[in-house]
Parts: sequence; structure tokens; C-alpha cells
Amino acid sequence: MKLIAAMSGGVDSAVAASRAVEAGHQVIGVHLALASNPQKYRSGARGCCTIEDSHDARRAADVIGIPFYIWDMAEEFHDGVVENFMSEYAAGRTPNPCLRCNEKIKFAAVLDRAKAMGFDGVVTGHYANMREVNGERTLHRAIDNSKDQSYVLAVLNREQLQGAHFPLGDTEKVDIRKEAEAKGLAVANKPDSHDICFVPSGDNAGWLRERLGSEVGPIVDQDGNVIGQHKGAYTYTIGQRKGLGLTVPAADGNPRFVLKIEPKSNTVVVGAREDLAVNRIVGEKPVWCGPNPGADWQSGFVQVRAHGAPLDCTYRETSDGVEIKLAAPLLGLATGQAAVLYDGDRVVGSATICETE
Amino acid sequence: MAIYLDHAASTPISDISLAEFNKQLQKTGNPSSLHNFGRDQRRALEEAREKIAQFIECAPSEIIFTGSGTEADNLAIKGLFWKSQKSGKKVIVISAFEHKAVLEPAEWLVEKEGAELIQIPITKDGIIDLDFLKELVAERGSEIALISVMHSNNEIGALQPIDKVIEIAGDIPVHSDAVQSLLKVPVSFKGLTALSISAHKVGGPVGVGALVLKRGLDIPALLHGGGQEREIRSGTLNAPAICAFAAALTSYPADAVSKLRDKLIAGIKELIPGALINTPAKALPGIVNVSFPGTKGETLLLLMDMEGIACSTGSACSAGVHRPSHVLIALGRSEDEAIGTLRLSLGALSAEADVEKVLQVLPAVVEKAKLAK
Repeated sequence: MKLIAAMSGGVDSAVAASRAVEAGHQVIGVHLALASNPQKYRSGARGCCTIEDSHDARRAADVIGIPFYIWDMAEEFHDGVVENFMSEYAAGRTPNPCLRCNEKIKFAAVLDRAKAMGFDGVVTGHYANMREVNGERTLHRAIDNSKDQSYVLAVLNREQLQGAHFPLGDTEKVDIRKEAEAKGLAVANKPDSHDICFVPSGDNAGWLRERLGSEVGPIVDQDGNVIGQHKGAYTYTIGQRKGLGLTVPAADGNPRFVLKIEPKSNTVVVGAREDLAVNRIVGEKPVWCGPNPGADWQSGFVQVRAHGAPLDCTYRETSDGVEIKLAAPLLGLATGQAAVLYDGDRVVGSATICETE
Repeated sequence: MAIYLDHAASTPISDISLAEFNKQLQKTGNPSSLHNFGRDQRRALEEAREKIAQFIECAPSEIIFTGSGTEADNLAIKGLFWKSQKSGKKVIVISAFEHKAVLEPAEWLVEKEGAELIQIPITKDGIIDLDFLKELVAERGSEIALISVMHSNNEIGALQPIDKVIEIAGDIPVHSDAVQSLLKVPVSFKGLTALSISAHKVGGPVGVGALVLKRGLDIPALLHGGGQEREIRSGTLNAPAICAFAAALTSYPADAVSKLRDKLIAGIKELIPGALINTPAKALPGIVNVSFPGTKGETLLLLMDMEGIACSTGSACSAGVHRPSHVLIALGRSEDEAIGTLRLSLGALSAEADVEKVLQVLPAVVEKAKLAK
């Protein structure tokens, strides 16, 4: 096959590209320039799209022996990922930008361009497996549980998955580093990337405050009594306990947690730990990675965070989304996150959490 | 077999230049040393200087060798600005489609030294707006530190009316970046204050260029430490490369290259409806710059590379990220048109078969690139 290898400049994508070559594919390496200012340069730390990273990707491609190009996807990335990140927070939800990047950039803009240019698909260094089940390629967890990235890939539909290649899913990360070293790839010991590449400092709240401003507002209890002041609603997350600075103690003397963020009234609602409990999740904008599950209740697992544990559940497809019942209550669940459904290690699909109770 | 159509970026070293380079590299000695070895190197170097001087109609002593065309441009823009700044002249006038080696030093002077930058607009014919320049000089001539207009544009090949610029400028110093023009069209230093040239664009080795600077004119140096070149440029003189540079200045088959260019342009017009030729009528022999609306240059380049044809999008920054060319924007193209552009540049050894191969694959490449937008 003719494949485009998306090369970030990290060890995983370098080994993935090299494995695709070894598997006999014709491979071209492409580094995606995602920052609107290509001169952005930070030494030492890891992040996407620095000049240093594009250089690392180029040198890896040289060692592997494949042509290498840089594709400017800054506009697509800004519109599809960064804007979405800001607007979701501004709306009181907690988005996952890596998931959006896979959905809108790597397996949409890049895959579409690759196909138009006569390529068959895209290779990335994600830790996940594609398996052939009943004649259809389906998405599965990686064998390295601690590195599994099937969660952030669960936004890919069946058609997108047909063009997706993940050569690293059958290997532990430590072995990928060893393989990189054996292959003479200089990135073998490069540190892992940050979760959010465009927030290089790791300070999400600070990054958002700079762009969305910070308007103080009330912190209220569930009865609407004002018991404190917050420093910008989107800098709080559901389930947060620390840093609330409440001036009025709770009647029962127990700690209080963020239950809800209401951006319209710029209000943060807090309450007792047990009020965080979620038993039922409603998801919208579902994407099915394989056959639709249908309207009958199925049993399986749901994962609600990138590195969260799989939770026992039953689920069913509804007319405009998915309904999920948890076997045991979950404490603190933010809307905007993806609920990813699993059948064993197979990814069934995902939906954006829009309602919890 | 791979076809090389990126001669404007760098053209292969010619046999005669390579032979001279090899010969000189085997010698020992610093041309600034006083002993026999040094004198021998110096003699070869000075002969090369005289040959280059004759070629561009300047005095040998007016040539200051540098490490690149970029260095020559930096030296000219910064040096001439600093020189005039003392008498209160702070306006830098350049064409709107100068090479980055002129544009960025000028912008740097705006940011760091309080310069004012005025860019001369480009007409539809790809030539600077001479009326604009006339008016500017009439109104603000006493404030202008220097005027810099390239001899020909590196992306679209358009030749510029340097003699007219000199006439309009009067006493104002005029610099011209002739890196692309040298050898391909006649280049003369007459009437200019400063001129930049580079060896690897004319079949010489990479890593040597020159600033030609009017006799008696002292400008502040960028590099200090020895003062080898008129106290304006320090550093051990690169005698082998300078000798090879001079050796490369022989003849250039301008007519044959022009014919190939015309054939390429005619073929593109015929085979690819909607293609916009950006290279004007008065242009260098070897450059074809063409936009294909609805495509991206990076996609076109990749597809051409896969077909074994090496060309460029016109400009590339250090990160390799393609932006709409400021040259094409200055020419009046929209951002969408400018982003889908290829520069195919022919060289002395380009053949008819190269052009035929391009015309054979380009229509399908453009179709694919449109789908891949």
C-alpha cells in the first residue's frame, strides 16, 4: 500500500513509520505544522510543531529512508481543535483536544488529502490495534494498557478507520524505545509529549484565562446561596475540591466539590461528595467504530477519561445518541468529555457526554 | 530519471568552476599571509576579483567578498542605513517583492533602529511602480537613506528597470540584489552604489558571494576581526571558492533557455486551463512561475517530487512551512491563488526532454492537487 506516515518528531511515530516500511508499504513521512507561528521555538520541553520537532521528524525520515515533507495544517488545527477547545470551556464543558485532532486533522484533513493524492491511508504512532473481525477492520485497545490510546481514536468512523494504520498496538512502549535505539533513531529517548500540545506550559487555566478573560462570579450551593467567589468559571472542573476558597462552611462540616459549571450565569455550583455521583450518562453526536449497537440494551464497558478505568455498564443507541447506565456510581463526571464504549477490548464507539444524573 | 528544475534555488557547479575549485583547494596558505604561499593564494584571488570586476563593470577594489548573497544584502541594507542615519536620513525604500535577505534586514532596522520602511508597489507587469518612486523621491528625497530594488525577482523572474531607478534616485544611494540576474542577463555596476551577487546561482560553489560597494564609501562592518576586505568584512578570504566563482562567469545559453521557458509556458497554458502564469514578458530566461487556483503548493511539490521532478513553491522558510508568497501578493494575486504556486526554474543544461516530461505529468498532478486541497 501507499501510506502517509504522520511524524510528530517523537519516538512513537518514527517507529510506526519504520514498521510500515518494513511491512512492505510505500511510505512518505509528513510532519504537520500546527502552530500558526512556525517560528515558535522552545528548547528542551516537548510539544507539537516546534522547529525542533520538525527537525527531529526529518532526521527520523532520513534514517528510515523515506521522503519527508511538512504540511501546513495550522489553519485547520486552529479552526477544528483550538477554537473548539476554547468554546467548549466557555460553555462550561471539558473538551479533549487530542480526540478532536484525530477526528478533524489526522484522520480527516490529512487522510482526505492523502487519498486524493493517491495514497491508501495514514500511519500514526498511536497505541491501538486494528483487527480484522468478520471481514471488517475494527479498533481495539493496545496491549500496553498504560499507553493505550484507543480512547482518543474512538471518534473515528468506520470509513476513517479503514484508512488508519497503527503499527505499535502490539508492543509495549519500553520495547518501542529499544527498537528505536536499535534502528538508530535519535528520538529513542525523547521525552513523551504533553497531553495538550498547544498549551506548552501545561497550565490550562492560565492559557484559557489569557484568551477568554477572567470574570469573577459567584460560587453557590445547591440551594443557590452564595458561599464564595470564583476566578473565572472555566478554570474549574467537575469534582474539584481544592482551591475553591469558600468563606461559608458547609452545615455538615464536610468538604464540598464542584458539581456544575453554568457559563451563562457565570456560576459554579458546589455540593457534597455524594451529590457528584453519576449513575446514568447521556451522550450526543455518537460515532460508531463498527456495527451500530442498536436500541436494545447491551452490556459492556464505558471509559470517560483518556486514562480512566473501564467501567461496567449497559448501553443502548437512542434516536440521537446513546444512553449509558453504570453498574456502580461514578463520582464527578464533566460534560464535554467523550464516553467511549468497549466490548471487551474492541471499541464500539463514542459519544460526547451532554447530560449526567 | 530525476529532473532538476530548481536552478533558481541552486544550480550545479559547472565543470570549469569545479576544476578551478579543486585546483585551488589543494593549495596551502592564507591569502593574507606575507610569505610565498600566501602571496600565491593572494595572486589567484586578486585575478579572480579582477575577472569578476570586469564582468560586472566595476573596479576590482569595489568588490567585497562575503560568505553569501544574504550576507551581501545585509551588509548593504544595514551599512547604507547606518551611514545615512548620521545625517538624519531614516527612510528605507525597497520594492514590495524583495528577497527576504533585503526585506528582513530592513524590517529589523525598523524595529531596532527607528527606520521607516516604504515599499514600492508592483504593477501588473511585474515591474516596480516608477511613478510612485518619482513622487516619493520628489516629496521625501532628503529623508531617504537608501533605495534597494532587485535586478530581477527570484520567484517570478521579472527584470526591473534599474537604470530608471538610478536616474530617479539622483544622489540617494541605490542598492540592487542581482543574485538571480548575474550571468543570465547583463549586469552592470554603473550608476549603482551597491550590488549583491552570489556564486552558487551561476554554477560556482555555495558559500561565497560579494557586495560591490562604490569606491571610497565606508559603511560600518557586520563582522569585525581582521578587516580583510576594506575593513568592511573580516574573516579569512575563501580563495578557492572565490577563484571558482570567477571561473564560473563564462557564457550562458540565454537564448536556448528562453526557448525552453517559452515552450514550457505555452504548454502549460494549452494543457491546463485556469493556470495563471506569473512570470511577465520581461523576465530572466529560466524562470516559470505559475499558479493553479484551487491547489496548495506543498501538495503540488510533493506530487512532482514523486514523479521525479524537483521544483519549488517559490519560497520556503526554515521550517519548511509554505505561506502565500509576498511576491505574488505584491503582484496582485489573492492568497488562495498565491498558495497554489510552483516555480520551475531551468538551467544551462536543461533539455527539451525535461520540459516534455513536465508537460506530460503536470496536468494530472494539478488535478490530483485540486482534489487534495
